Parts: sequence; structure tokens; C-alpha cells
Amino acid sequence: MIEETLIPKVGVITDVRKDTPDVKTFRVVGTDGKKLFSHMPGQCAMVSVPGVGECMFSITSSPTNEEYMEFSIKKCGCVTEVIHAMEPGQQITVRGPYGKNFPVEGEFKGKDLLFIAGGIGLAPLRSVINYVRHYRENYGKVVIVYGARSKDDLVDIDEIQNEWVNEPNMDVYLTIDRPQEGWTGNVGFVPAYVKELGLDPNMTAVLCGPPVMIKFTLAGLLELGFDKSRIYTTLELRMKCGVGKCGRCNVGDKFVCKDGPVFCMTELDELPDEY
Amino acid sequence: MLKIAKDRLNELYAKIAETQGLFLPIKKAGEVNYAVWGEGKEVSLETLKTVKSPKNAFFPQTENMMKFKTEGKNIEVVDMRKDYVEEGKLFVIFGVKACDYKAIEVLDKVFLAEPVDTYYQNRRAAATIVTLACSRPEESCFCKAFGIDATAPMGDVTTWMDGENLYWQANTEKGETLTAQVKELFSEGGETEVAAQQETTKIIIDKLPFSNLDLSRFKPENLNELFDAPEWEEMSEACLGCGTCTFVCPTCQCFDIRDFKTNEGVLRYRCWDSCMYSDFTLMAHGNSRTTQMQRFRQRFMHKLVYYPSQNDGLYSCVGCGRCVNKCPQSLNIVKVIKTLGGKAND
Repeated sequence: MIEETLIPKVGVITDVRKDTPDVKTFRVVGTDGKKLFSHMPGQCAMVSVPGVGECMFSITSSPTNEEYMEFSIKKCGCVTEVIHAMEPGQQITVRGPYGKNFPVEGEFKGKDLLFIAGGIGLAPLRSVINYVRHYRENYGKVVIVYGARSKDDLVDIDEIQNEWVNEPNMDVYLTIDRPQEGWTGNVGFVPAYVKELGLDPNMTAVLCGPPVMIKFTLAGLLELGFDKSRIYTTLELRMKCGVGKCGRCNVGDKFVCKDGPVFCMTELDELPDEY
Repeated sequence: MLKIAKDRLNELYAKIAETQGLFLPIKKAGEVNYAVWGEGKEVSLETLKTVKSPKNAFFPQTENMMKFKTEGKNIEVVDMRKDYVEEGKLFVIFGVKACDYKAIEVLDKVFLAEPVDTYYQNRRAAATIVTLACSRPEESCFCKAFGIDATAPMGDVTTWMDGENLYWQANTEKGETLTAQVKELFSEGGETEVAAQQETTKIIIDKLPFSNLDLSRFKPENLNELFDAPEWEEMSEACLGCGTCTFVCPTCQCFDIRDFKTNEGVLRYRCWDSCMYSDFTLMAHGNSRTTQMQRFRQRFMHKLVYYPSQNDGLYSCVGCGRCVNKCPQSLNIVKVIKTLGGKAND
């Protein structure tokens, strides 16, 4: 019988890192100690805790990491609550990869790239940012604008401060919503910060974060002269199958699981406003 | 073409059931549904519309998918799929009407698209479908609007039935195999009777009130215009969100996947779900469809615009009319087509 995508593989959690008060990053390998499957940046996987449920998460590690996969997971529902209580050695199930990736081998090539993330929105962008760093010569200048509620809510801050800021031809701008002791960086919401920075509108922009951040940042980018055909984002809807059959993530004539989660703004403009 | 006298149908059923499972429209507790045939069962080929469609034979209402055995931190996944063809568990589904057969084609495009749903494919591969042409369509039927000819359904074998006989014609290799198994019960003939019946039935179909619904407005170009139509509010106002329409619908294919804890581990199963339910799109951080109007709109937009846009113009409604008969609030796709479909439907 041919392979069934709905039947998952068993994965083992090998490391748990607490990023913020409600976000943890889980490192996962197969039972043979090897990476479960390969993926492209922006693609997702269905992770499940048998008896509790199965959810779609973006794969936050870069495809160029050949040893393991990482998932940055925010505690916000019944499955994520159980996952957050897990320790290394615990097995879970994983299936995928699902969905369309960022066009890192297409439209992004040779372009100056602007990444804008809010909160846990960094999770899918971390994969593409690290992919771009790995194949640095294939891309132009990189600008990263990342904001969170407070400095404690910035996901993967160690990697950002120790690696990303030192990367040549790559600017990193961090911001938090309100002033905080020990924070010397920018204070303010992402959309306002993006406008202040006076970014080059010829860059290809990638947005990921809460809907309200996306809405206002998008408006700001368009004001700065960015073209919708060069702005990308990801959508998130309820999913069960991951392959366009169960019907849940249907919006217009697209299924977010297989036609997304990555969408160009021009594609989103054609979809009914129901996401 | 072959024929068999109606009073010998039980012999035909018994002959088929000798080698494989046989599903027929069977009357039980006053309702006719597809069920496994056996001696003494009350078969009702005359029933135009079974309460539930035959989709159950390929996409069961609930289906066990896999099992997880957990011990400490470890998980073992147990594949529960069955290869019916390999195991020799073939079956015949007999009496499928033209609309319901077309609905299987609609389901095929979902479940057999890559990556193939092997649960569905395994059942589909094991089945021989015997269709039955309609001779007495009802007022709630509107398959003609979707380009379906109720007098000439496809399938592995097509049958026609009049007061005297059942007429039989194989269309595929599977159909020929089944024919070879039962041929001794049949005699040659029936072309004239079938042609005459088809002609009479077509006259009835043309006169049915919904046969000439105009679908021309329901196309991808009008997606956003139809989505934004103000009429959705009023059309959906009475909807209770009971989901009956989705459960009786032969093309509704949305499903849920759930886990059930048993003494022998966790059972993961899937079951029919409904876009009419409020938790269908509910996530930990919110819901993309918060009103019944949005859910109601989703169902009809999917059938008339989204699905056709993904599948070369094929509509995901076959005009069987079950929703017309079963909605407790008398809401249905015909009303939606008439309201949004433009002047031609007045």
C-alpha cells in the first residue's frame, strides 16, 4: 500500500529552550536520531500529542540544518499547553512538510529583503532568514525589523544578538511596545517603527505577526511606496488534514494548508476577506 | 444489453453476494439507506432518494485511521488501513442514481488528488458501482441544471428498470467482470424498452420546476461580487446551524480528525464534519467565521464557486435535492441559486 500522509512519523524531543514566558522552542529528530524530513522555508508540519490533538506549526529551523528540526511554539491552547510541559526524551508525532514555501529560489533571489515580524511571528521568518544567511551571496541587503510586547517576549533573542547583528550587509532593528528597564533600543509598535526607519521601497518585504500588526504595517509599507507584488505574508487558519481535503482552511478558492501559508499580497487581494 | 425479470432480482442479489459484499437501498424502520444485502432484507430500488447518499460506502461517517500505543515517553504508530482488494474484500454498490454517481466523481477529485487519500482509494478500488437510471424524478430533483442525464448514468454497469424487467449494460472492465459472474440469469434484449423509458423520463425532467436553473453567474470571475452580495444576510437568517444539509449531501466531504482514548491506546479516527458548525474554524486564538451568515455563505460559495474554480468548472452540487427535502427551515441551494443567479432564474 502506498504511503498515507495522514499517518505521522514518531519524533523525539531532544532539546527544549524557553524563549519567552509563553514561547518554547523544541528540537525534534526521528527515532533513528536523524532529521525526520526535509522542507523549504515557510513550510509547516503537523505535530501531535496522541490523545490530545494535532496542530499545524511552522518549521522554524532552516532547511540548511541537516541534523534536526525546531518548532517555536506559543502556549495558547490545549495541545500547546501539553507540549509546553514536555521534556527532552518525550516522543511526539510529526507529519509534513506541508504548504507552499517562501520563493527563496525564485522571486527572492538577488533581491534586497526586508523581514518584519511581531511576537511569535518570528517563528516562520527565522527559517527563511537563516536560509538566506546560509546562501548569503544569492541575496542583496537584508533588513530585519522585529518587535514584541517586552524584551522578554522577543523570541530567539540569543541568536539575534549573537549571530544576526554580526552578519555582514544585514541590519537588525528591534523594538518593544513599552519602555522597560535595561532596554536601550527602540520603543514603539512595529508599524510606526517601520515608517520611521525610512526603508527603501524597492526591497522585497516579508511580514509575519498578529493580524493587527500586519494590517497597519502593510498600510505603512504601501505609503512608503512598496509594491504589493513584492510583499509576502503567511496566513493561519484551522487545519486538520494539511493537504486540502478536510475543508477547514478554505478561503475563496484556496486552501491555506496547500496553497499557503505563504501568500503574496496581490494573491490575498483577490481572496474574500475571511481569514 | 441484457435483461432480467424483476421477480428474479433476489436471485441476482444472491449470485453477486456469493463472491462479494453487496450494498443496496434497503428499507429499515421506515427509511431507505444503502446497507449490506442479505436474505429477507427489504430492497427498495424504487426509492428515488435514499436518506443518506451512497458516499458512506467510500467515505464512512466515522472511520478508524490509526492507533497509538504509548508507553512512558514512547509512541508506537499502528497503521489500521485495510487493502480491501488485496484481502479480496470486494463489494458492489447497486442502485446508485445519476446524481449520486456524479457526486462520487466530485469526491474523487478531492480524495484522489495528490497526495492520494488511501483510506478512500482502498474502498474505491474495491467497489463495482451499478447505477440505476431514474424513471420517476420528483419535484425536488434538479440534476439537469448541472448537466446530468438521469436517464443515462455512468458507472461500471448501468441499469434501467420498468414494471417488468431490469435492463443491464456493462460500461467498464469491472462491469464486464461482474456481468460474466451473473450472466446466466439474464437474457438478451431491452434496447427498445430502455429507449422508450428514457424518452418519457426526459419529458418529465424538462417539466420539473428547478430543471432549468441558470448557473451562469456562478463562475470564478464573480467570486468576490457573489461573496459580498448583501442577500446572504437575509438568506441565512433562519439557518439553525444543524448541519443536516451537509450530512445528507452526497458531495460534502469536510471531515474532522479526532483522538479517542481506549484501554489499548489512543485511537485516531475521522468523521464527517460540517462547515455549518461554529467550532469548524475555531482556533486557540480566534475564529475566522464567527456568524452563521459566514458559515452559510461558505457552504454555498464552496459548492458553486470555490470548488468549480479549483476543478475546471465542475460544480460541487449534483441537484439531488436532499437538502431541499431535509432542511428544517426550508433553506437550500435552489433558493441561493435563484436569489444570486440573476434574472434568468426569476
